[in-house]
Amino acid sequence: MKNLTSNFIFTTGLLMGFFSLHFLLDSNSIKGTRGHFVKHDHHHAVKNQTPVDKSNGTIRILCWIMTMPKYLETRTQHVRATWAKHCDRVLYMSSRSTDFPTVGLNVSEGRENLYWKTIRAFQFLHQHHMHDMDWFLKADDDTFVVLENLRHTLSRFDTEKPWYLGRRFAPFIKKGYMSGGAGYVLSKEALRRFITGFQTGKCTHFSAIEDMALGKCMETMEVELGDTRDEKGRQTFHPFPLDHYVIRTPPRRRPWFMIYDFYTPIEGPGCCSDFAVSFHYIRPPQMYVLEYLTHHLRAYGYRYRYHPDDKTKSNTTEHVEVQSPT
Amino acid sequence: MLSEGGSFMKGMAVGGIFCLGLSLFGSFSPATEHGPGEHHHHHVKAPSKDELTRLSDGHVLELVNQVRVSCIIMVQPKILVYWATVLDTWSKHCDKAVFYTSESSKALEAVDLNEKDDWARLRKALKHAYENAGDLRWFFVAKATTFAIIENLKHLVLTKDPEEPFYLGNAMKSGELEYVAYESGLVLSYEALKRLVNVFEDEEKCPERGHALWTMSEDKQLAVCLKYTGVFAENGEDSHGKGLFNSKSVDSLITDSMRDNPTNVVEGCCSDLAVTFNGMSPNQMQVMMFGVYRLRPYGHDFHDLLVFQPPEGSDND
Repeated sequence: MKNLTSNFIFTTGLLMGFFSLHFLLDSNSIKGTRGHFVKHDHHHAVKNQTPVDKSNGTIRILCWIMTMPKYLETRTQHVRATWAKHCDRVLYMSSRSTDFPTVGLNVSEGRENLYWKTIRAFQFLHQHHMHDMDWFLKADDDTFVVLENLRHTLSRFDTEKPWYLGRRFAPFIKKGYMSGGAGYVLSKEALRRFITGFQTGKCTHFSAIEDMALGKCMETMEVELGDTRDEKGRQTFHPFPLDHYVIRTPPRRRPWFMIYDFYTPIEGPGCCSDFAVSFHYIRPPQMYVLEYLTHHLRAYGYRYRYHPDDKTKSNTTEHVEVQSPT
Repeated sequence: MLSEGGSFMKGMAVGGIFCLGLSLFGSFSPATEHGPGEHHHHHVKAPSKDELTRLSDGHVLELVNQVRVSCIIMVQPKILVYWATVLDTWSKHCDKAVFYTSESSKALEAVDLNEKDDWARLRKALKHAYENAGDLRWFFVAKATTFAIIENLKHLVLTKDPEEPFYLGNAMKSGELEYVAYESGLVLSYEALKRLVNVFEDEEKCPERGHALWTMSEDKQLAVCLKYTGVFAENGEDSHGKGLFNSKSVDSLITDSMRDNPTNVVEGCCSDLAVTFNGMSPNQMQVMMFGVYRLRPYGHDFHDLLVFQPPEGSDND
C-alpha cells in the first residue's frame, strides 16, 4: 500500500516538475505580433501571356534535320520536342524511313555518305516541296535553331534569287561556304540550281565533307553567299555553343574553333546577335536550356538595348537594304 | 511523510530535467509557439497581370520608384572569380550593390568586415546595410555564388509595402523552424531589416555566437532571430505558384525536369520570371546575362506594365 502511494506521489511530482518547467520556458517564448502580420492578396492563376507575334507569317520555312536511326531516341526526339515545332514543315532525314517519322534516303549511314545524304535530301525536297515552301534549312540533330530569328534574317532576302545563307567559312572554296553544323539555308532558286547542277553533271560527289562540297556546287552554279550578320555586325548562325563565344576574354589570336570564319569573329558579349539564329553541338539538356532561355526566362519590364525597328531612330528608315546578286 | 515528500521532490526533479532535455534537443521546442488560430501565410506571390492593369499609371510609376533594391553581396578572396563575375554581371542591375568580404583582396574592392565567423559577418553586413540604407527600402542578400535577376525581384515585391515586415526567398523547413535558404538569396523589406538589427542587440534572443550547443547555419540563425520579432519566412512564388528562388542551376533543374516531366520539360521546370539560381559557374553566369538580357525571339512583345532601363556603362546586357 505504501509503495503504491509512494509511486503515485513520485509520478505527480514528475508531472508537476515537467509542466511547471514547460510553463516557465513557454512564458519566455516568442509571441507573434499578429497585428503586424502581412496581408496577402490571393491571386487567381493568370492565363498564359500570349505575346503579340509580329513576325512575317508568309515566309514558309522547311527544316530538314540530318539524323540517323541510332540518334532518334537520344537526340532527335528532343529536337522534335523543342525548336522543330516552329518550322512550317519539318522532315527528319535518315538512311531509312521509320515511324518517328523519318524520310528514308536509301543511303547508308557513316561519315563517308554524308554528302550523298544531303544530295538525296535536296532532291527529295525539290521533288515534293518547291511549291509549298520558300526557304530550305538544313540542320543537324544537335543544332538548336530560333525559327523566329531565322524568319527575321530571311525577310531581307528574295527567295526567287539564288541565295545561300549561314555561317560563312573561308577555306577551300574561293568565296567560302556555309558551316553544316550551324545550319544553312537555300532559297528556292538556289535549290533549283543545286538540282540542275547534278542533273547536268556540273556538280558531282567529289567529297564526303558535305558542307564544303555543297559550297563548291553553289560556287559552280553561281549562287550568292549572303551576309547574315545583324545591323551591328554580330553573328546569327553559330557552329559552337554560346559559351564558346560570349565569355569575356582578353584580346588574343583567333582560337582554333574560329579559324575558319570568313568575317573576323568577335569574342565576348559583342559576338552574337540578340536575334541569334542557331547554335551547334547542343546536347539534349542544353536544347531545353536554350528553349527556356530563348522563349521563357526573361527580365520583367526590361528595355532591351538593341531595337533595330525603332522608328524614333533618325538614321534608319529601312533598316536593311534588300541585297541583290550581281 | 518525509519519505513521501522526498518522493515528490525526486519526481519533480526528474520531470524538470526531462523537460529541459527535450527542449535542448530542439525538435520539441517549447520556445516556439503555434497557438490555435494562428495561421501563417507561407508564400508571397508575384502580382498577376490583372492586378497590375487595375492600378493607375500614376500609381505604377510610384511603385517603380519605391521598389528600388539594395544588394548585399557576401564575398571572399577564395572565390575571387565569382566575386569578379558578380561585379560584372547581375549586380549591375541593383540600385545599389555593396560587397562585403571576410578579408580584403588587392584585386577587388569591398567593405572588409574582418570577420571569419559567417554568422557574425552576416550580422555586420546587415547592420551596415541598414545604417546606409538611404532611401532604399528593399534588401537582397546573396553570396557571390548565386545568380540573380533583379528586375524579377522587383516584380515580385512591386505591390508589397516595405514598411511591413517581409522575409522572402526559398523557404525551407528544419523541424519547426521555417527559414529562407541562403544560397538561393534572401529578400528583406526595410521593416524586417529594422526589426532584425534591433534584435541583434538582444544577446539572449539573438546571440552573436549562436544559440544552441552546436552551430546552426547563418540562414537558420537569421530565421530564429527574425521569429523573435514576429517576422516569418515566406516562399517567393510567381502568380502560378512556382518557386522563384532556386537552389540549383538551370542545367540541373532542366535535367531534373527531363526525368520528372519528360513530355513537358520546360513548362515543368522553372518560372519564366525566376529571381535566383544557385550552383552556376562564373562562365555560366556570363552566358545567363546573354540568355536573360539579350537572346530573344524577334517579334514578341510582352506588354509589361513597367519599364526597367538597362544599367549605364554595361555591354553584356
